[in-house]
Amino acid sequence: MKKSCLVATTVATIMLSGFPLGAQQPPDSTARAQQQAQQRALDSLAASVRAMQARLDSVERAPAPAPVQARTSGAYMNVSFVGLTDFAWSSQSDVGELQRGGHEPKVRGFSIPNAELALDGTVDPYLKAFVNIVHSLDAKGETSVELEEMYFLTTGLPHNLQVKAGQFFAEFGRQNAQHPHAWAFADQPLVLNRMLGPDGLRSQGARISWLLPTSFYTEAMFTVMNSAGATTFSFRSDESPEIHGGDVQLDRPVKGAGDMLYVPRITTSFDLNDTQTLLLGASGAFGPNNSGPRASTAIYGGDLYWKWKSPRADAGFPFVAVQSEYLLRRYGAAARRTLDYHYGALGWLDTETLTDEGAYAQVQWGIRPRIVAAVRGEYVNGDAAMFVVPLRQRRTRVSPNFTWFPTEFSKFRVQYNYDNRRGIGGDHTLLMQFEFLLGAHAAHKF
Amino acid sequence: MNILPLIKLATVAALAVPHAGPVRAGKLNVVATTPDFAAIAREIGGDAVDVKALAKPTEDPHFVDAKPSHVVTLNRADVLIEGGAELEMGWLPSLLESARNPKIAAGAPGRVVGSQGIRMLEIPTSFDRAKGDVHSLGNPHSLVDPLNAKIVAGEIADHFSQVDPKSAALYAANLKKFNATIDAKLAEWQKLLAPFKGAKIVTYHKDFVYLGERFGLNIVETLEPKPGIAPSPAHLAQVITLMKAQKVRVILVQPFQNRKTAETVARQADAAVLDVGQQPGAIKGTDTYAELMDSIVRTIANALREAR
Repeated sequence: MKKSCLVATTVATIMLSGFPLGAQQPPDSTARAQQQAQQRALDSLAASVRAMQARLDSVERAPAPAPVQARTSGAYMNVSFVGLTDFAWSSQSDVGELQRGGHEPKVRGFSIPNAELALDGTVDPYLKAFVNIVHSLDAKGETSVELEEMYFLTTGLPHNLQVKAGQFFAEFGRQNAQHPHAWAFADQPLVLNRMLGPDGLRSQGARISWLLPTSFYTEAMFTVMNSAGATTFSFRSDESPEIHGGDVQLDRPVKGAGDMLYVPRITTSFDLNDTQTLLLGASGAFGPNNSGPRASTAIYGGDLYWKWKSPRADAGFPFVAVQSEYLLRRYGAAARRTLDYHYGALGWLDTETLTDEGAYAQVQWGIRPRIVAAVRGEYVNGDAAMFVVPLRQRRTRVSPNFTWFPTEFSKFRVQYNYDNRRGIGGDHTLLMQFEFLLGAHAAHKF
Repeated sequence: MNILPLIKLATVAALAVPHAGPVRAGKLNVVATTPDFAAIAREIGGDAVDVKALAKPTEDPHFVDAKPSHVVTLNRADVLIEGGAELEMGWLPSLLESARNPKIAAGAPGRVVGSQGIRMLEIPTSFDRAKGDVHSLGNPHSLVDPLNAKIVAGEIADHFSQVDPKSAALYAANLKKFNATIDAKLAEWQKLLAPFKGAKIVTYHKDFVYLGERFGLNIVETLEPKPGIAPSPAHLAQVITLMKAQKVRVILVQPFQNRKTAETVARQADAAVLDVGQQPGAIKGTDTYAELMDSIVRTIANALREAR
């Protein structure tokens, strides 16, 4: 195409240079001289066309240069969107009473509990950044938007250190920092819901992490966060009456370092052999709560993840993965006015330490490419106190589920929950999920 | 506020466990994402390097677990060799994030991108996942063309010399040796496959495109209807019809791909299933790159000869 274009240009040039001459009527002798001059000009032009032709031919024979095209992976920012649609039916007409998690259906029928817009990329040679904006529709179909996460991460600090700062999920245990699309079940484990809150433990803060110079993987992390807000459930959250049964200490200002939330974590991992990996972790979360001016909460957690993957894994299958977490919470409740659930009378509750514990264990079996069967067992309970709140009552739950990933960009899941709440009894819930991923393919974490 | 014990625990753990330290004095710590790059790196680096591969030779390189042990391996690496072209995009970025090693950051001398300098095939002109899991930078399975292996070897030698100039002469000499071996072998392989120019073959995934291009083999179909999409009965029926009509006699299958599916198709189309690995070590006796290619070429040549 280029060649014919060049030839056409040359011909046009010749014609244009010829036209004015032809238009005039010069005398005979000068006409001849002019004709000769024209002939010479034409000859030299023809010669240069031939030379050009030869050069073009040689260019065509040379190996083609690498084609230049749009490169998504070279873009400055990855953009992705995860959309989740749930369908739920439960023996309990108020599905939200059972499914208390922030990304779970609250009504019989359809819900949109999670629609995440995720942006990430490299800021400069020193920083990476991640932003996650979550949209969801509530039981009435009203849209809510929240800045779920927004943080930067250093990439090249010395001594194997790394700093993260902004708003982010606290690295407590295994599942808290994971986004719902990475979960093996349609809902949040009960123990995480009760102790870390329906939206998980997340706040504004900074985290420093140190990759220890050991021969096996060991990472120590320490996070300092603000202790107030809806996503610091066991700390200075307005939802805290659900835990201590009393009134909220409305004005508990931050006076010093003791009013911040501290989350230390240590995690280590071993490859048991070529196909099996074990990951162990211990975490803590320590901070003030708003049952009184000096009250505080401590949560301790242990977590385990074990995975076997076939040495001949196709698309990552088959595999078997076991995950379990245990949490213990000591909630130091101050002397407080009751909002008594049981007796309907206002009174005073004394200072007391409320101890809750809970655990879940789940097994995932990736049977063959893109098909996973899983089962989870759970237990949560609180010790005896001077009052009764539903969120500290003993509860157990068993959930088998089945997930089909048509590709790594979409997912269908069916889950059944058998719930047993002390004093209320059994409930049956069916959950169905459909999820899609648009845009950049985020890398999986272990 | 009871955080002191945990801090103590961390400190004790840090001091108590044996420190890994450098692998051997003066040796370059090289990590390759897949065993094929590792094999070439070993030949170029010789005794001056220690090479580790993250993916197992028998597993699908698109889906490797981002195991914490890989974080440690990458944290201590002087050089990282990756395939690039989005081959490892599902697992390498999160490992690198945790590994916090500026020596192997993008653009650093310690980072080798295999696809750089290679003329990539099948670069899509539009991005549409309805076409399956197509890599935007082109088909990443490029090392089954020996000339591409030479390009990668050159890149590796170049980066090794930048990171470790004192052994530059060794790397240059090893590169020369590697290239000479490949040149000699390539002539041999071309001779072996010459009688089968234009021979039609079927593969499981689009992973032998570069081999077909180099040796004049005609890859007419894949068992996957689209890259990364599992074979469907309807598509397999079409493949069988096509194989019968065009007299396709071989199906190439890698160790991690579903051999049963391939066997079913082969039985109905009167073809043979060939076990070939793209990673050294996937098939016994293929530890070096030349041995691997030797195995692939001979397996195909033998099968095509028998099918005549």
